[in-house]
Amino acid sequence: MTTATPDPQAVTDEDLTRDGLPAAGRGRILLIACGALAREILDLKAANGWHHIDLACLPAILHNHPDRITDAVRAAVAEHRADYSEIFVVYADCGTGGGLEAACREMGVEMVAGPHCYAFFEGVQDFAARDEITAFYLTDFLVRQFDAFVWKPLGLDRHPQLRDMYFGHYEKLVYQAQTDDPALVEKARAHAARLGLAFEWRFTGYGDLATTLADWAGRANARQGG
Amino acid sequence: MSDEEDDIILSELDDDELVQQMFDDLYDGLKEEIEEGVNILLERGWQPYDILTKALVGGMTIVGKDFRDGILFVPEVLLAANAMKGGMAILKPLLAETGAPTIGKMVIGTVKGDIHDIGKNLVGMMMEGAGFEVVDLGINNPVENYLETAAAEKADIVGMSALLTTTMPYMKVVIDTMVEQGIRDDYIVLVGGAPLNEEFGKAIGADAYCRDAAVAVETAKDFVLRKHNRRAAG
Repeated sequence: MTTATPDPQAVTDEDLTRDGLPAAGRGRILLIACGALAREILDLKAANGWHHIDLACLPAILHNHPDRITDAVRAAVAEHRADYSEIFVVYADCGTGGGLEAACREMGVEMVAGPHCYAFFEGVQDFAARDEITAFYLTDFLVRQFDAFVWKPLGLDRHPQLRDMYFGHYEKLVYQAQTDDPALVEKARAHAARLGLAFEWRFTGYGDLATTLADWAGRANARQGG
Repeated sequence: MSDEEDDIILSELDDDELVQQMFDDLYDGLKEEIEEGVNILLERGWQPYDILTKALVGGMTIVGKDFRDGILFVPEVLLAANAMKGGMAILKPLLAETGAPTIGKMVIGTVKGDIHDIGKNLVGMMMEGAGFEVVDLGINNPVENYLETAAAEKADIVGMSALLTTTMPYMKVVIDTMVEQGIRDDYIVLVGGAPLNEEFGKAIGADAYCRDAAVAVETAKDFVLRKHNRRAAG
């Protein structure tokens, strides 16, 4: 475990993908999060002055292996339980088929509501109301890490002929932008072209992530008389 | 593939060597080679059903096993499936002509709200390879699609697939509708998909959760046999 607060600028996306982010060991409350959310959470933490909140991230690549997420979160909660007065889990269901929700209930820790980060960035209710079954979503992190999360794991670097077997029923790629970055928009547009999909840019900001963390931070603070 | 392997001339191999080579070619996802191998075996007088079961299904069984063991991954399985599809396209009309045995009939589809069909397609193909007749409903199926087709086709099995946590509960809608209509026991209901597990399968009232295509085939065979035995006993 490191002792310094992680500098968002110093942590690379590759680190977050492969290793996640260790807890800094400071603060009474710990967020255990997906590595793909690290930058957004650190940004919210800095902006809101949540010095009582620490962050530990699991490797973001678990996004591609939802069957491993529940056990990884369980292990992380067990590892850190004694060091913090409260722990929150910054994952939505993320393809665990309700398994993560059941595990969190059993462990007595809260998690983010919704099926996945695409839903909570947009707002879970708004996302559900759109009912876009033929949309493929990317966030800021996934736009930057498209090759590591989409192109290579699906074997499209080696077998581009498989593209339509994976994406033949999709119609558009929606880039849910957390930040307004023209360079990322162009990257996302290029990814859509590679997948043979129409492109849509949709600014979401941090959506329900911001409100959920604010709620947790406030309630935890109140409980602890902070 | 090495230069040495490039030099292999399929027509010069004896039957056993050719079948072995077809296992390798399926494993490597070589569609044209599989098609060539199928045609050579047909020319040598092999029955289409034997080619299907001994060469193609035999090869895909190895692929399935290595996928389960983490040796092969989804892209390689898809390439192998695509190669098998090439062979199946040649054999299918011949199987119909020669009256190859059919174990049972399955209606299969991805549930409403879900467009993911890779797993469903693999299951459908392996079921066909195992001797089932498969009616593929495609993606995004409401309950009526399953029930009307199952009735019209006099299916033995209804198979449902979902990739999303948000769409998998729809399987229960289909099963509950079957119960309401008093037809639940007319069908074997098999479910599968990445976010599912055995507990979910039981909770929604399916006969079985199948974690991959090979398990689906074995489970289907087992249930159909039991169904036939019950009929025979009754």
